[in-house]
Amino acid sequence: MKRLIKGGRILDPASGRDEILDLLIEDGRIARLEKDMKDRDGGDVFDASGLAVMPGFIDMHCHLREPGYEYKETVATGCAAAVKGGITSLMCMANTDPVNDCASVTTHILERAHEAGLAKVYPVGCLTKGMRGESLSEMGELAASGCIAVSDDGRPVPSGEIMRRAIAYAGIYGLLVIDHAEDLTIAGDGVMHEGYVSTMLGLEGIPASAAFSEVARNIALIKEFGGRIHIAHVSTAMVVGLVRRAKAEGLAVTAETCPHYFTLDHEAVIGYDTNAKVKPPLRTAEDVEAIIEGLADGAIDVIATDHAPHHADEKQVEFDLAAFGISGLETAFALTMGLVHGGRIPILQAVSKWTDAPAAVTGIRGGSLGVGEPADVVIADLDAQWRVNPEEFLSRGRNSPFAGMEVRGQVTATFVDGRLVYTREKGITGK
Amino acid sequence: MIGNNRHLLDLDTTSAEDIRRILDTAEGMKEISTRKIKKVPTLRGKTVVNLFFEPSTRTRTSFEIAAKRLSADAVNFTASASSTAKGETLLDTAKNLDSMAPDVVVIRHRFSGAPEILARNLDCSVVNAGDGCHQHPTQGLLDLFTVRERKGRLDGLKVSIIGDIAHSRVARSDISGFTTMGAEVFVSGPSTMIPTGIERLGVRVADSFEHALEGADVIIMLRIQLERRSGSLIPTLREYARFFGLNRERLRLARPDALVMHPGPINRGVEISSDIADGPESVILDQVENGVAVRMAVLYLLTGGSDETTD
Ligand SMILES: [Zn+2]
Repeated sequence: MKRLIKGGRILDPASGRDEILDLLIEDGRIARLEKDMKDRDGGDVFDASGLAVMPGFIDMHCHLREPGYEYKETVATGCAAAVKGGITSLMCMANTDPVNDCASVTTHILERAHEAGLAKVYPVGCLTKGMRGESLSEMGELAASGCIAVSDDGRPVPSGEIMRRAIAYAGIYGLLVIDHAEDLTIAGDGVMHEGYVSTMLGLEGIPASAAFSEVARNIALIKEFGGRIHIAHVSTAMVVGLVRRAKAEGLAVTAETCPHYFTLDHEAVIGYDTNAKVKPPLRTAEDVEAIIEGLADGAIDVIATDHAPHHADEKQVEFDLAAFGISGLETAFALTMGLVHGGRIPILQAVSKWTDAPAAVTGIRGGSLGVGEPADVVIADLDAQWRVNPEEFLSRGRNSPFAGMEVRGQVTATFVDGRLVYTREKGITGK
Repeated sequence: MIGNNRHLLDLDTTSAEDIRRILDTAEGMKEISTRKIKKVPTLRGKTVVNLFFEPSTRTRTSFEIAAKRLSADAVNFTASASSTAKGETLLDTAKNLDSMAPDVVVIRHRFSGAPEILARNLDCSVVNAGDGCHQHPTQGLLDLFTVRERKGRLDGLKVSIIGDIAHSRVARSDISGFTTMGAEVFVSGPSTMIPTGIERLGVRVADSFEHALEGADVIIMLRIQLERRSGSLIPTLREYARFFGLNRERLRLARPDALVMHPGPINRGVEISSDIADGPESVILDQVENGVAVRMAVLYLLTGGSDETTD
């Protein structure tokens, strides 16, 4: 089976390529990149002229909600939303019901993903048993059944000792430890960033120190005892600074941020918009600036969605009662392009944050258009203007603070292992 | 309508002109309350629903009296009597209420922003009677009314608000209202009770309680609640009373004609000593009386009245 993607602008950060080339896919792999290739042997030809051709995106932080919360999202609906957003590989967090702390849950998720046949799903197992923060999960079993990382995302690990042991123990099985950094003794019952907006609205605040305190602890553990850690959803200037210094010291620390942290600040909550309620919370304009600087200078390696779909009933309530989270798979690319169009980050660097960088952090195969790599390819119109309408999401989660926003940059087609799984015109084009 | 607003949710977004209109209307309403028959037919046939998710006999009664003096039908809908205990959401409650076609819904709720949900989903006017730590606009208005009545102006006065600013909806409405009307507002209290970024709301944080009192025209003492955060804000009421309670000696720092206010219910001997609460500077009972007049004005304006009362 051959497929020729013709005339597109190849953006491949792994090789530094930014040029018009034809791309030949053969048997699900990247076979060749050349100028003006002839379409021989009657393979499909995909006209990509005027469009960007990039490696499929890797989203290392998603919540697919299955098992247990299928009313919010399923593996199938989440994967459909992913490929619509250009994401061909994703990692799903373990805070399902039951939580993913054993082989049977991991296997269930992988089977669902296989049935869906869209994005490639890499489960993240629990860091502690039952996600209770008390004792280590069976990481060996989790790794053997298909998990590539461990995290108690959504529930930070309160015990420093457990975190220390988990970092050491996960290393045995090559599992990446992903840290949802939040010191609950500081965060308390907060529902948004603590600042003048929380004061004005009379809402309980989450101080920026809550994230700092826990990241600092975990970096100290790495420094003393070795191992590596990945800091999830960085939202503050203080943590960007910590990670930057840790990297300068040569510590094995990597970090991600999410589109909402470089696009919105805490003023988005004014009017009690529960769709802007997210954890960690939207911070200040200065934090937004620091996040963008961190992306530009490499302190922040990766952009991930932290896609957290919820049912409308969980958001159409009093702000204090509303669930935390943003449905982010279908807006991530356009929001990232916002940084490029705004002149903040060059295009190849922006694409890198979604491709070769997360591949390097996670070990997921892909993230590059190199010959022999899996043909996970995303085609996008970098300039297409569109208005975010959550009613059109393929995700069950319509909880987006970007509803109504005019954005620029849109995925037009997605290939997974050489199969065309999505086009802008037809939607999901089969498994 | 109050200006362009169909609702009264906060005083942040209420203009000086609108506040003045409410206060002027309230003057006329206060006169009604001095008559032998304290009732006018102005809002006959209108329905006011008091939707109280948090017990507050005072505020609810004040709204109820206000509605009745204007001949509106006042219906009380308290949380215990409602179906919200059975898992109905606020949105469900709103939709149910809407089908009863009220003209005004007055809501008290323990969560900040709850009145916004009603306002977005109801066809009628919504009045916030206190939401979480956010706002209590009619309390702010009655404080403005009381001060204007006594001082003849609001502009240029030094107004000091003392206590748990962080958790007080009264403080926020007073801050919005007094700053909008040109007063200089200071806040003071234990620093554990001064919220982050409060200066951005246009107030100054006094260096000390004494500094807040110096030269003050108006002193608003907030009710202190120890149960909040069980001791992480202040160790004991005794210590609070000693260092942040208003007593005769401290009151001497204020202007000789200073007014002492309190939204009630007061904790005698904690935030305010009895001799001050009952003394000549205290306008606490005027506040209660003016509360009815201000709420009459708000109900009247929202249900379509102009600023002249008719009988
Ligand atoms: Zn998280």
